[in-house]
Amino acid sequence: MEHYISLFVQAIFIDNMALSFFLGMCTFLAVSKKVSTSFGLGVAVVVVMTLAVPVNQLIYTHFLAPGALAWAGLPDLDLSYLQLITFIGVIAALVQILEMFLEKYVPSLYQTLGIFLPLLTVNCAIFAGVIFMANRSYNLTESIVFAMGSGTGWAMAIVLLAGLRERMKFNAIPKGLQGIGITFITTGLMALGFMSFAGISI
Amino acid sequence: MSSVPTTREVLTSPIFANNPVALQVLGVCSALAVSNSMQTALVMTIAVTFVLVFSSLIISVIRNFIPNSVRIIAQMTVIASLVIVVDMVLQDIAYELSRQLSVFVGLIITNCIIMGRAEAFAMKSKPLISVVDAVGNSLGYGVILMGVAFVRELLGSGTLFGHEIFVTIENGGWYLANEMFKLPPSAFFLIGLMIWVINIVQDRKG
Repeated sequence: MEHYISLFVQAIFIDNMALSFFLGMCTFLAVSKKVSTSFGLGVAVVVVMTLAVPVNQLIYTHFLAPGALAWAGLPDLDLSYLQLITFIGVIAALVQILEMFLEKYVPSLYQTLGIFLPLLTVNCAIFAGVIFMANRSYNLTESIVFAMGSGTGWAMAIVLLAGLRERMKFNAIPKGLQGIGITFITTGLMALGFMSFAGISI
Repeated sequence: MSSVPTTREVLTSPIFANNPVALQVLGVCSALAVSNSMQTALVMTIAVTFVLVFSSLIISVIRNFIPNSVRIIAQMTVIASLVIVVDMVLQDIAYELSRQLSVFVGLIITNCIIMGRAEAFAMKSKPLISVVDAVGNSLGYGVILMGVAFVRELLGSGTLFGHEIFVTIENGGWYLANEMFKLPPSAFFLIGLMIWVINIVQDRKG
């Protein structure tokens, strides 16, 4: 149990997807103008991540990893070169299914999350979460915990940035730096702050 | 777009006036993470250029056969196949370098510049002009990436492409390396400042 808790905390703070690995930056910078929208996007990332990483973990260990097809009588087959294309396909399919499911059964949630879902196929945070899972060969439980932690960390970072940006609207920022320029610098400062977690080992 | 842009405009506008990284905030993830040395930045630029040019070409050639409802998946498949090629070639000819780039080669798949160009340009343009557009955008990406890497490597370790330019104190020279430029957040500051400069120049031009 302790192992899982430390994995979770590590994924949120020390290995924060957005602020330590700079993943999912496109959406991170573009959709962080308002706290409410960025919160919606954050929730969507947590959901998709928690689905995509374990599903890909199963596919990877049972079909793609070297020797994974031993159960089918092909112990020498190594399909791991197909991992990138498989992972992105699975993510795209999952996002599509989730979108259709929400639209049909939970329309209220679809209203809030729906617009963000198509964006998430090309969100590098989710894709990187899946690749990290394969590189670090997590087992199924670990991959669920890791996915939830990374998703939460990303969501937290974008909500924090949106909070800062809402405040900064009233500041006198040099003209050329307004908008995206100052957002980059703010994110840089946040990332510097998050580096103080780096030395902590749990 | 109101007027049809000329080939020259298609090629040059993404380099500066409409830079994909700095002004459209696309493909930033990799730009930040691999810009700590000129060498990785150059390899990354080449990899992105290869994928972008060929994906634009292929998607533009087959654009009339892709049904609109599955276009995202079709584009993804083309891009992912190209990235696998790049990944395998890199692992073969430069294993050490591909270790350093780690997941970021794979992440070219989700690089929004490539999807963005496929969706916004290649899907509705002829093959030749799509390739020109792809080259322009990869140059724009490369300019930012190499610019950031130049400053970070020079100030962070006193070297360029691994050659010593400023002799650091550890090696008996005079230059005290600024460790902050080795840290990823410095890339944010540099891109922020670049955006500032680009905006000022654009304003001057009117």
